[in-house]
Amino acid sequence: MNSRYATWLLMLPGLLWLGLLLVVPCLLVFALIFFERGIYGGIDWQAPTFENVTRAFDPLYLAIFLDSGIIAGIATLIALLVGYPAAYAIAKSPASRQTALLFLAILPFWTNYLIRTYAWIVLLNPVGLINSLLMGLGLRSQPLALLYNKPAVVLGLVYSYTPFVILAIYSALQRLDPSYGEASRDLGASAFQTFLRITLPLTAPGVAAGGVFVFVLSIGNFVTPDLLGGGKFQMVGNLIYDQFLSARDWPFGAALSALLIGLMMLLLFAQAIASLRARGDHARA
Amino acid sequence: MRALNCWLIAVYGFLYLPIAVLMVLSFNRTGMPTAWGGFSLEWYGKLVENPKIIGAAWNSLVVAVWATAISSVLGTLLALGVERSRPSASREALLFAPMIVPDIVLAIALLSFFTLIKFTLGLRSIVMAHVVFNLAFVCAVVRARLKSYDWSLNEASRDLGATAFTTFFRITLPLIGPSVLAGALLAFTLSIDEFIIAYFTAGAGQSSTTLPMQIYAMIRFGVTPEINAMATVVMGVSFVMLFAAQRLNKGRLPGA
Repeated sequence: MNSRYATWLLMLPGLLWLGLLLVVPCLLVFALIFFERGIYGGIDWQAPTFENVTRAFDPLYLAIFLDSGIIAGIATLIALLVGYPAAYAIAKSPASRQTALLFLAILPFWTNYLIRTYAWIVLLNPVGLINSLLMGLGLRSQPLALLYNKPAVVLGLVYSYTPFVILAIYSALQRLDPSYGEASRDLGASAFQTFLRITLPLTAPGVAAGGVFVFVLSIGNFVTPDLLGGGKFQMVGNLIYDQFLSARDWPFGAALSALLIGLMMLLLFAQAIASLRARGDHARA
Repeated sequence: MRALNCWLIAVYGFLYLPIAVLMVLSFNRTGMPTAWGGFSLEWYGKLVENPKIIGAAWNSLVVAVWATAISSVLGTLLALGVERSRPSASREALLFAPMIVPDIVLAIALLSFFTLIKFTLGLRSIVMAHVVFNLAFVCAVVRARLKSYDWSLNEASRDLGATAFTTFFRITLPLIGPSVLAGALLAFTLSIDEFIIAYFTAGAGQSSTTLPMQIYAMIRFGVTPEINAMATVVMGVSFVMLFAAQRLNKGRLPGA
């Protein structure tokens, strides 16, 4: 048998599966945008319209995009600030220990998201561990409102996605040629200067990659705002969720999803361009 | 350097303490965070007696086993094909997409698709949906192994008269087996914990409720010692699976 046919035959079932259950459904969502919702939910294929697109750009919904963008942005920033030094510490530790340390850092990322979020409800609720401790020690007479607010949501997002940031930045640090840092130190730069002017710029693509993913996963999240935010405010994910499971307005939900995907593509594209440019500078230097 | 290491320890503390608290509380007789009433397995007993939880756990197991089996076979074949054919950017994008598309987008896309083709929602549709991302992960893990695979072994085997079939089962599979198993363990872990896509593609009714859906329904109503016990079991299973995957895969876990 011709080996080219053989490799195609090997790939065929998997590619078909992805084509049929990933590409086609995504195209379908894109198509949904341009139709009206049916009277009983569903789609009215007889009524093509642009209304869903214009509605998605309505100030009301843009405000939710902006609001969740701010929450996701803060969570991303904190996750990067927490994750970078941790990744740096792992990259600087003895080579024999790095694998185990990295594994330990990523492990939670692979476990049940709901349970990791629930763990914070256990800690933060009015009769939870932290409030009980504060009141038991006589530091507070009333429980603090730690749960069901925006900071709790940000905390939940940071907690969930920091392992991912550590992984992305560690990979960037590992690719970094240590001789650049040594050269900088030899030329008299302080450790801090070396970090700021050599290490940080050269690992920027890793920071950007980690940041984009955390941002996109956060802005489209509906579980954390629901569980830790108490459903008191909406993020883009909750909005999409409602259109599909409560309001039954699929075309509008599809328009919102397309906006989310568009935002993600834009960020990934910008990140790819930036890292290509960084590599170009690197090559020229 | 010392400050950095302290930071790292603090980050590990941040990542693991909440889970640890949960696990300790699950063995507390009082079920309260403040009063330790002694070690007890009472809440685990309650768990076993709850038919909804047991039913949901069974559903999750069925889904995860099927999704893992299908994705392990398709993902391994895909990896073998991809590694031996000319690089293609669009194929790479297709293989990468399931890992980066936000869950909610894949969830609504599949819900729309299944509804449009009038496919009855249930455990079968969840399996089909889970294979989409599991396939990509298995493929990634196996491909990483194939990068260092010596293809001349296959040529030798063929030269000595073995069929392609024999060569696969006697040479290739034994060599890449550990990575296939690692990929399968990861797929199983992902599938059994996956909530959002299952939630959208399950349809109505307890008969297709998976464990994460049951957990979600329960934790929306607050903290109970029973959930702590269930969470401990689920986390324990995940940890064991992931450790095994890590050992099989020589310390590597692919990034999500």
